[in-house]
Amino acid sequence: MAVTIKPGESYGFFTDTSICIGCKACEVACKEWNQLQGDTPKFLADSYDNTGQLDDQNWRHVKFIDDVPMQSTNSGNGTAFLMMSDVCKHCKHASCMDVCPTGAIIRTEFDTVFIQQDVCNGCRNCIAACPYSVIALNPATGTAHKCTLCYDRLQGGLEPACAKACPTQSIKFGPLSELQQAADVRLAALHSQGVAQAQLYGRDDKVYGGLNAFFLLMDKPETYGLPNADNAKLPTRNDIGGYVGAFVTAVVGVIAGIVAFRRRGES
Amino acid sequence: MIYLAAEHFVRAPQWTWYILGYFFFAGLTGGSYAVATLLRLVGDPRDEPAARVGYYASFVTLLVCPVLLSTDLGASWWKFWHMLVDITPGDQGLNFKYWSPMSVGSWALLVFGFFAAVSALESFLLDRRSPSAPTGSPADPGGSRFRTVDAPSRPFGGVVGQAFNVIGAVLALFVASYTGVLLSVSNQPIWSDTWMLGGLFLASGLSGSAALIALLTRYRPNAAFSLGRIHEADGYFSILELVLLVAFFITIIAAGTAGPTLPFLPLWLLALVGVGASLVAARGHMRIRGIPAGGTAVIARAGTDTLVVSILVLLGVLALRAAVIFSAQ
Repeated sequence: MAVTIKPGESYGFFTDTSICIGCKACEVACKEWNQLQGDTPKFLADSYDNTGQLDDQNWRHVKFIDDVPMQSTNSGNGTAFLMMSDVCKHCKHASCMDVCPTGAIIRTEFDTVFIQQDVCNGCRNCIAACPYSVIALNPATGTAHKCTLCYDRLQGGLEPACAKACPTQSIKFGPLSELQQAADVRLAALHSQGVAQAQLYGRDDKVYGGLNAFFLLMDKPETYGLPNADNAKLPTRNDIGGYVGAFVTAVVGVIAGIVAFRRRGES
Repeated sequence: MIYLAAEHFVRAPQWTWYILGYFFFAGLTGGSYAVATLLRLVGDPRDEPAARVGYYASFVTLLVCPVLLSTDLGASWWKFWHMLVDITPGDQGLNFKYWSPMSVGSWALLVFGFFAAVSALESFLLDRRSPSAPTGSPADPGGSRFRTVDAPSRPFGGVVGQAFNVIGAVLALFVASYTGVLLSVSNQPIWSDTWMLGGLFLASGLSGSAALIALLTRYRPNAAFSLGRIHEADGYFSILELVLLVAFFITIIAAGTAGPTLPFLPLWLLALVGVGASLVAARGHMRIRGIPAGGTAVIARAGTDTLVVSILVLLGVLALRAAVIFSAQ
């Protein structure tokens, strides 16, 4: 379905993990369009995953999560690998933007989160803050890299490469409001089929104010390496507490110095 | 802060040796300035030589900081100034984000640098103006590297000068502490599970600075008057550090993220050795408080070796920061 892309509207991904087949076409398309060389493939010996993680060379990563029980189950009750094409979530309240000291991380006219390469100075504060382990430093450029949601393609009216390449439409791109409606319909359908464990992640504002790249998961978020709503906290939550701790220490330290250095009339 | 079984899926930022070095020197530059100002404004006029040692130490340790910070940026080392100026097209201008400790800290370091440089220059000019004892004289038995003074010149500026030192000291305390707050304002395990790091780094920085100034008084005999008082202050700072260290571990144990600190037990123990050395030295010097001041004679009676104590304390300061930084990564 062709999408008309207009600046000023919110766009994102709805990734339905229930129909991901782990083909990694999204990874390949992403590298192809964004001219990412990729890391040297690793033999991880636990799945068909040889990418390992999102980083400066992998802006899409298909996770293979071992959900196979150790003992056999009855016919029809078996579970298998969970597969999920992971990506930058383009959070509404983005931790990376929250802490970036240079102003390199901005929200674009498409409501996506983008790192300006000419502004970024590689301080890595965003890496320490991103709760999804999305951002990584490119040692060659000395700057932080992550998914741009194909900003250049959006500017040209094209949908992101990963969504374009996904053969099962597990990755859907479009205006956020339309994606949210589609997700609600899909979740209701799964629940009506008895798939009670299916849940949406990032569809509402419980996680970082809502995610522009949100997911339909087949297990709890922690299974996929995603923080649940209780653990989804912004780094700046510790601003006041940290400074108060330092201020109290400073006051006590100065008093201690005064006690030690006060004039005692020694001759 | 509501404690819960925190789960972290975050990547480590690879802040390693350069950042460790920066945190160490930031603690010393800020701490030295604060201790020097306390000596000058609260202490006896005979504390002035030790205060100047503190200002010199603050300036020299400050010089290392931007070098380490820029080097840590790797290929983008030349873009350190982006911390201060936003070059985003259409949004150019000075960059100050009060909610980002790294942004505030960059500005604080820059402004504090002015105060540290001026105070060091003032100390240098005062030392040059003061009458100096001939090298090898009783006032300068070892032929000190600093020009010695029997009656130190009064600092410049009167009340204005004092206000300058106070403002500089406030900035100094910030520079010595914000590095801990910066770590807390993240989503990293351990760092983001406690509010104690800012205070802990400050207390440790003050302790290390007192130890550094005490160490440097070996080269300035007329500053020996202050030695016992500096060790006493170091003792108080170390008690504060110990309290905050306990609070730090209580908070991360409550958050369920204390496990990764265990492999770095030797570093934590070294930090505790530094605290212990401070306390032993402080105890030794407080016992002889009533003895009339006698420069190096007082040092000898104290029965503790300032060189050994100061080195242990400084190693403890470094070890504490290394333990905190590496435990989370």
